[in-house]
Amino acid sequence: MDFINLIGRVFLNFLESMGRFLIFGSKTFYHCFTPPYYFRSIISQMIEIGFYSLPVVALTTLFAGLVIALQSYAGFTKFSAEGAVAMVVELSVTRELAPVMAGLMVAGRIGAAMAAELGTMRVTEQIDALYTLSTNPFKYLIAPRVWGAVLMMPLLVFIGDIIGIYGGYLVCVYKLGFNPSSYISNTWEYLQYMDIVSGMVKAAVFGLIISLMGCYNGYYSRGGAQGVGSAATNAVVTASILILITNYMLTELFFMK
Amino acid sequence: MSIPKIEMQHVYKSFGNKKVLEDFNLTVSKGDSLVIIGGSGSGKSVTIKSILGLLKPDKGSIKVDGREIVGIGSRELEEINSHSGMLFQGAALFDSLNVWQNVSFGLVQGKKVNLKEARLIAIDKLKDVGLSSEVAELYPDELSGGMKKRVGLARAIASNPELIFFDEPTTGLDPIMSDVINDLIKRCVDHLGATAITITHDMSSARKIANKIGMLYQGKIIWQGSVKDLDVSGNPYVEQFINGRAAGPISMEVRK
Ligand SMILES: Nc1ncnc2c1ncn2[C@@H]1O[C@H](COP(=O)(O)OP(=O)(O)O)[C@@H](O)[C@H]1O
Ligand SMILES: [Mg+2]
Repeated sequence: MDFINLIGRVFLNFLESMGRFLIFGSKTFYHCFTPPYYFRSIISQMIEIGFYSLPVVALTTLFAGLVIALQSYAGFTKFSAEGAVAMVVELSVTRELAPVMAGLMVAGRIGAAMAAELGTMRVTEQIDALYTLSTNPFKYLIAPRVWGAVLMMPLLVFIGDIIGIYGGYLVCVYKLGFNPSSYISNTWEYLQYMDIVSGMVKAAVFGLIISLMGCYNGYYSRGGAQGVGSAATNAVVTASILILITNYMLTELFFMK
Repeated sequence: MSIPKIEMQHVYKSFGNKKVLEDFNLTVSKGDSLVIIGGSGSGKSVTIKSILGLLKPDKGSIKVDGREIVGIGSRELEEINSHSGMLFQGAALFDSLNVWQNVSFGLVQGKKVNLKEARLIAIDKLKDVGLSSEVAELYPDELSGGMKKRVGLARAIASNPELIFFDEPTTGLDPIMSDVINDLIKRCVDHLGATAITITHDMSSARKIANKIGMLYQGKIIWQGSVKDLDVSGNPYVEQFINGRAAGPISMEVRK
């Protein structure tokens, strides 16, 4: 009997939080597209998310490019197909590695920060205070964060693409002794619009996931400092998992026709 | 008969299976300064937050100026709340903004006052609560507890509200600072001609601020009257509370 009770309770809790999240999501969507817009906050979020995430994104995509060049070289020499290394680097960086790496890094950096900031504002009643000052927190706090993340993630990924491909070039030219100009022309030959664009679309979706998870967990956090801590953890974990799952689904959507 | 400023009828609110307000009724007339007393966790903050629309009652009706606020849209609520101000228990200042930006927040965001003017109004309001203009540029984490409360007070009165809430304005302050805050509240309310609802545990503060007093116990206002009737209420709960006795009809739930 206890067991059935437990299952029932877990299921009800799940439904409740799903429902709450759906309401949160639709409210956020509504407030993202209705005035007033807080442009100043949007700009400062864009700087925070875009500019200050640049170093981590650059570093992770650089190393992703380096390692993918090494691995594909190691695999392709068996078939004497070293010429395909440039293509593999280009494809994997633009389609998968740059968006996923950037997504996970920004989830760790920004998702946690959003949850902690909104969580602190919740437990210290600053969110209530906003309401009493006739300011809707969805417009003032959440919409700018969502806009910032959705607008800046594609840009970050675009830069990550360039750096990751450059990483592959470095390994191939300076370590494996490829001819630089033929590596570059190989890359250009295989590079397609769709590779870059699909990666940037993924990035925008990941930006949405990161900001929604960060804001949702922060907005509903309670129970003092500990609650804020677990909100931050939850934001990062759920965003990361959702990024990986959505990434798979988007890849299937874009490339399996 | 004029329309009461606030009218709460048969309000119920619970969290999970914890019942906080049960068949709660309260009427506050225009211009009154009502103090709500009651033990910790008895639902005083929940009452105020329900009137402001921050919490939604499970059942019942809450009217502000005769307008029902339970179940109305956020736009309308914003409009109603633009005529009220609240001083939160922990002041709830925005840490990312400095003092004058905090004080003028409602003016800038809600009433679209330009920044230069907002800053001057903020400095003026700070003067009203006894803070010099040097404080205007500081950030909340650079302020002491008493200063935070004063800034919170300045923010609550900045847009000249008709209805003001004070949630434990003196808790955690030394007796002298408490008295300063009480004076400020009294002066602000008199000066604005506003209706005020104050929550406090502090009986000397209650006597100073209030013209009406209500006692909240087990989800209801069990006694309401004017300050001069407080000592002759004949209500055993009220007597126990105002005299701070451990023995009496109120048994503190030590363990919940
Ligand atoms: N948002 C909330 N979620 C769950 N329980 C709450 C919430 N707000 C208040 N409570 C509970 O309601 C009761 C009354 O709280 P409150 O009104 O803050 O008390 P007080 O009279 O000290 O101001 C407390 O037991 C508190 O735990
Ligand atoms: Mg309280």
